[in-house]
Amino acid sequence: MFDSLSDRFESIFSRMRGRGRLGEKEVDEIAREIRLALLEADVNFKVVKSFIARVKEDAAGAELSKSLSPAQQVIKIVHQELINTLGGTTGKLTMNPKPPTVVMLVGLQGSGKTTACAKLARHLKSQGLQPLMVAADLQRPAAVTQLQVLGEQVGVPVYSEPTDPVAVARHARAEAGRLGKNVVVVDTAGRLQIDEALMDELRRMREAVEPDNVLLVVDAMTGQEAVNVAESFADTVGIDGVVLTKLDGDARGGAALSVKEVTGKPILFAGVGEKPADFELFHPDRMAGRILGMGDVLTLIEKAEESFDQDQAVKAAAKLKKGSFTLEDFLQQMQQVKKMGPLQSILGMIPGIPKEMKNAQLDDKELGRVEAIIRSMTPAERNDITIINGSRRLRIAQGSGTTTQDVNALLKQFKMVQGMMKQMAGAGGKRPKFPGLPGLPGM
Amino acid sequence: MTLAIVLGIVVLVLLAATVAGVSATKRSQRRMDAAERSAVTRPKPPQPAAPAEVEIVLPPGEDVEAPPQEPVAEQPVVGQPVVAEPVVGEPVVEQPVAEEPPVRPRLRDRLGKARELLAGYFGDLRGRSAIDDDVWDEIEEALIRADVGVGPTERILDDLRRRAKEASVSTPAELLDLLKADLIDTLRSADRSLSFEPGRPNVWMFVGVNGVGKTTSIGKIAQREAAAGRNVVMAAADTFRAAAAEQLQLWSQRVGADLVRGQDGADPGSVVFDAMAAAGNRGADLVLVDTAGRLHTKVNLMEELKKLRRIVDRTPGALQEVLLVIDASTGQNGLNQAKQFGEAVDVTGVILTKLDGTAKGGIVLAVQAELGIPVKLVGVGESAADLIDFDPEEFVEAIFSA
Repeated sequence: MFDSLSDRFESIFSRMRGRGRLGEKEVDEIAREIRLALLEADVNFKVVKSFIARVKEDAAGAELSKSLSPAQQVIKIVHQELINTLGGTTGKLTMNPKPPTVVMLVGLQGSGKTTACAKLARHLKSQGLQPLMVAADLQRPAAVTQLQVLGEQVGVPVYSEPTDPVAVARHARAEAGRLGKNVVVVDTAGRLQIDEALMDELRRMREAVEPDNVLLVVDAMTGQEAVNVAESFADTVGIDGVVLTKLDGDARGGAALSVKEVTGKPILFAGVGEKPADFELFHPDRMAGRILGMGDVLTLIEKAEESFDQDQAVKAAAKLKKGSFTLEDFLQQMQQVKKMGPLQSILGMIPGIPKEMKNAQLDDKELGRVEAIIRSMTPAERNDITIINGSRRLRIAQGSGTTTQDVNALLKQFKMVQGMMKQMAGAGGKRPKFPGLPGLPGM
Repeated sequence: MTLAIVLGIVVLVLLAATVAGVSATKRSQRRMDAAERSAVTRPKPPQPAAPAEVEIVLPPGEDVEAPPQEPVAEQPVVGQPVVAEPVVGEPVVEQPVAEEPPVRPRLRDRLGKARELLAGYFGDLRGRSAIDDDVWDEIEEALIRADVGVGPTERILDDLRRRAKEASVSTPAELLDLLKADLIDTLRSADRSLSFEPGRPNVWMFVGVNGVGKTTSIGKIAQREAAAGRNVVMAAADTFRAAAAEQLQLWSQRVGADLVRGQDGADPGSVVFDAMAAAGNRGADLVLVDTAGRLHTKVNLMEELKKLRRIVDRTPGALQEVLLVIDASTGQNGLNQAKQFGEAVDVTGVILTKLDGTAKGGIVLAVQAELGIPVKLVGVGESAADLIDFDPEEFVEAIFSA
């Protein structure tokens, strides 16, 4: 299984726990592990080196706090260094005091420039600005049409002309003036950073349109190459910021660290989905937290928010606390969880989950079986599992194509979770330590 | 059974959802966006989703060289007057952007020099007399730099250490040759031909995440196969991305192949179905199915892909290849992609695109080693002739060039 960066850190620190002090040897060991972890997350190997050097420096010079354990201190140092490297604060677009403000998007083929263009325009429009999109990608077949369709979707006009990209760029400002638009977002053709002719074209476009912001669009799934790309675009065209796209996948996004480190320019926006609204400000702290395995609770909450029927969820939670949560409620909530994506990825976002559980191969078919068992019960049985006797068990097993052992296991574990929830309600809402969940048959 | 885990997840997620509920009012705006996002399937454009008409675009008399440029002026937007509007008020965003805090010395200053050094990297390595730790470190670095990945790199190096001992290799030059030979051997073992069975419509389906170059690859393959005398039908089953069908249509005109497309937002399944019917009627040899880019983590979209596969399986056509397109600059996520797509639609081969840059595409080593999916084709440029057969020797050679 793909070792995520967070798993790595967890294993490092779990080994460290129990050790009293942080000696030079420990620091070296941690450094080696962090190196592996970062490399697995696609952080560029040069960037890893300098990052680790800084962490070691900070760790050596750090004042020993009495309130924190050595492990916690290292976590804090690495976390802070990640946040620092990723940007510290959220950056902003430079607005031209004499509108229009011009934003130009550049990057490799397929990094998501055209989509980002429409998303950015929509974002700016929602801030009360008047954007105009400019389709200067005359290279890829139908790229102009694509932007026009997107323009219609987000309600932003698109300007283009079948001449050459530099001319399009040159006329963009005038067109914005004519239409009374105060922001211009220019989409450019994707190009390899080593293609000198096309990079030169980009420079000429830059001179023609005089953008206030040149944003490099980078795919979050990029590997070691991110450094070469960022460096070349920064050197030959000059960039002011970065848009990180496709962050809704499961890539660890080490490219973010690489790009920020070599260019020193802030990551301004993140693309988090396919629809024009799936675009947000980049949060360095969230990213650092995710990398550190603090669980991606914010994303989890957001996902839950999207998928859950709020009223139902609130009612079910209240029932949980009272201990009157039934299998019927469970079935309902399970349907909502299913909407959030594969179990494995949801599990990855929950902090504090024991590693052995994270590594358990979770098959989503399991959900189907659970569902089949519950659906084979009568409403009365679902609402009160104590009435399920031997013959009912047999019937349920036959109805769902499972065995009575399966049915028993489900009932037993359901009771256990019910008990857990009662305990939790009793503890004044304090989150319980996730119990070992003993006796998992077949695991 | 992993019931307990399922139960646990449901409970925790439920808690998360209610936590969200508490602060829901403060974030109503975001909730609205979120609601848009939560739609189970991709949204359909407003126009009526009529059943996809089999629109077959016949090849033009001569090749269309450059894609026709749309004579676009501006596009008037409904409800927005085209006349100049006075800008009311100042833009919301602050004007002078906060200065970046002074950054530490840039890495790139150092990198620039490193890059020059890299040019003579392995030449230098070859010239050395002894195999010391530095030599091993540098080989490791080369593999990692090529996106081979930490795990596979370690395995490769362990194996190399053992074999170097066995063969009593004593110079770095010999070591490098041994490593290259090993890697080439690993890659060479696979069957890289694209299966084709004469006598009925063969189907090659193209899948992958967004932006890897699926449509472009199909265009290039269509050209290649049409030139080889095959009767090609292209199915534009990417009905989601704006103008994807137009992009494929331009390719079909260039190539002289038939195109079957549906309306934007139509069910991609209907496009595939119609394409299969058209291929049957016209006695086509080869159907190339373009699918919408999708992240492998999106359950619904992966289900949609499975459905497309099932549709093809139900027709008399033969699904011969499911080709996963991977961008050479992809990092370790490429392995996840191959895993998930492989599970969903049983991928038969990889097309590695954009290898003409400085990216090495080393992830495909891991994909073949761990999943047994071989690279079949490689994209090395923009023109149709730039899609070539994968050559293990050249590929390995490139990994070790700077």
